Amino acid sequence: MTTSLSSYLDQLERMDHDYPLLRMIQPDGSKAFAEDDYDVTLLLSFYKQMLRARMFDRKAINLQRQGRIGTYAPFEGQEAAQIGSASALQQGDWMFPTYRDHAATMTYGHSLETIFRYWKGRIDGCVPPAGLNILPPSVPIATQLLHAVGASWAERLKGQDRVAIAYFGDGATSEGDFHEGLNFGSAFNTPTIFFCQNNHFAISVPIHKQMKSRTIAQKAFAYDIEGIRVDGNDVLAVYKVMEYAVEKARRGDGPTLIEAVTWRYGAHTTADDPTKYRDQSINEERRDEDCLLRLERFLRQEGVFDEQQIEDATHEIAMEIDEAVERFERAEEPNPNDMFDHVFEDLTPSLREQHQQFQKEVTS
Amino acid sequence: MTSSLQQTKELTMVQAITDGLKIMLEEDPTTMILGEDIGVNGGVFRATDGLLEQFGEHRVIDTPLAESGIIGTSIGLALNGFKPIAEMQFQGFIYPAFEQIVSHAIRIRTRTLGAFTVPMVIRAPYGAGIHAPELHSDSMEAMFTHLPGLKVVIPSNAYDAKGLLISAIEDPDPVLFMEPMRTYRSTRATVPSEKYTVKIGEASALTTGEDVTILAYGNMISPALAAAKQAKENDNVNVEVIDLRTLYPLDEQTILESVEKTGRVVIVHEGHKTSGFGAELIAFINDKALFSLRNPVVRVTGYDVHVPFFSIEEHYIPNATRIYKAIETVLNEE
Repeated sequence: MTTSLSSYLDQLERMDHDYPLLRMIQPDGSKAFAEDDYDVTLLLSFYKQMLRARMFDRKAINLQRQGRIGTYAPFEGQEAAQIGSASALQQGDWMFPTYRDHAATMTYGHSLETIFRYWKGRIDGCVPPAGLNILPPSVPIATQLLHAVGASWAERLKGQDRVAIAYFGDGATSEGDFHEGLNFGSAFNTPTIFFCQNNHFAISVPIHKQMKSRTIAQKAFAYDIEGIRVDGNDVLAVYKVMEYAVEKARRGDGPTLIEAVTWRYGAHTTADDPTKYRDQSINEERRDEDCLLRLERFLRQEGVFDEQQIEDATHEIAMEIDEAVERFERAEEPNPNDMFDHVFEDLTPSLREQHQQFQKEVTS
Repeated sequence: MTSSLQQTKELTMVQAITDGLKIMLEEDPTTMILGEDIGVNGGVFRATDGLLEQFGEHRVIDTPLAESGIIGTSIGLALNGFKPIAEMQFQGFIYPAFEQIVSHAIRIRTRTLGAFTVPMVIRAPYGAGIHAPELHSDSMEAMFTHLPGLKVVIPSNAYDAKGLLISAIEDPDPVLFMEPMRTYRSTRATVPSEKYTVKIGEASALTTGEDVTILAYGNMISPALAAAKQAKENDNVNVEVIDLRTLYPLDEQTILESVEKTGRVVIVHEGHKTSGFGAELIAFINDKALFSLRNPVVRVTGYDVHVPFFSIEEHYIPNATRIYKAIETVLNEE
């Protein structure tokens, strides 16, 4: 209890609204919780998935440099955040990714070929495998949070226990739709996971210019939902936090905001030059906290990092990626009629006329 | 449309809308209504009066005060099997939701080659003339007819309102349903109690005539009919008043048949003139019926000014006098 206004105000400053960073594996590879059992088999599987995502990402950048795909948004550095989170979902759940979340979408079931098709500028790159609720990447920022709220709300109304995850970045938290999404999710107690990858940059704008808030997780406080801050380069910590949030959502206990603190090593997209807006030497420091390196250190300490096994896996992944490249590059020509055929279920008379005109022009 | 009329009621447009919503909530368990003040309060125009009591808070939802949130969550609900009917309290308040409409609701079918669709209705009362506070009276239909993947429907009477609303709710794609507030309670019409539909994309000739065609919709039907009557009484001019009812997709055939017959066209809309829907109608006539015209098409529209404060709003809204003068102009044989 306070006895004066000044002591009350003094206490305000010390009020605890810190959101500590959860880690399961320290950057040096040691266990953060010495007494806990860590599922080494699961972690080996995560390692291979992260390796797959990273190799895909590097391949995509190479393809872009060679002019074989269009502008590409690399995610290297964010593999743990995406794979740890996507691995906690089950079929039937809803995924609302952005254009930088292909490690998540491939983990959840998108084929590598489909993702390449997307970056080749083909509409069919947005179509998920049957039965998988993966929406096309949201290009506008933060709009997809509301879709995730709506889709997961629908599950509650149907009496199902499926959940939705919306991926977004630190810059998205400045948009109105971020706040509307959290508020609707909170007000209607929807089973939604708001999964923010704080990679510290919105294209060129660093987070300290984006907000005065010390964390993104604390923004949950205003909506009276849980906000959890997790080391986004620690795949196990991300997975555990997601598992917690997903179970909570399935029980009907509402949404969670997860801030996965991470780093993108590369450009926003292949169309920008990050050396213009940040000192890239910082990447060297960041590499020491790299998600793959950290897990490798852990697995080595546990004595289960088998060089041969990883080499075999690398070889298999390289083959898978090469096959995906071959398939998308040999794919049938994109069908220009696609731009007409799906504007409505039934084309309107004027659209049919335009379509006919178009067909005459392309065949003449 | 039902031919053997069972029971009918004399309803205002807003009552007919409530009736249509009620029928669809009863018939289709996936329908739900979302909006500001639409539950306990029954909507600021009472369009959803009594629906919360009948259908409960999981079907009739008082949302937070956030238009983008309403449309954005409706998109998610529609993606996952529901039929949201979202109310914008006034069309003039729809702008925060514009991105959700433009970038998502109308595009998802194309972006996924039909794997995901967004069947939803956005209801939006529009237009001036009810002495509403400023910014409540916009008539921005042309902003929406420009958008691919969106149907734009504007009824002018109670019968059409109910039938078109039911069609909109049954449509597999997003429909913007703009409701002319000035006409909400100004007249009554005989409306069947049961379910019926008025097809989206069909205009209706309210009067027939061989001298002049008037193309109008929504709030402008009433002054257009008054001007047509005046022209008949004063000048023995027969005006064909066509109520477009749907702006997109346009009923091209009905318009063309009338234009080819009369060769003289007056277009009336309340929205601003520049890039207004009349410009599209003129371009359409230019494409399809230019040589039927005996005089240039005349537009009677809102001016390119902000819809004024209500003390002077009647000077902004096209009225029968202006439309009558336009009829004279288009008949001029010089």
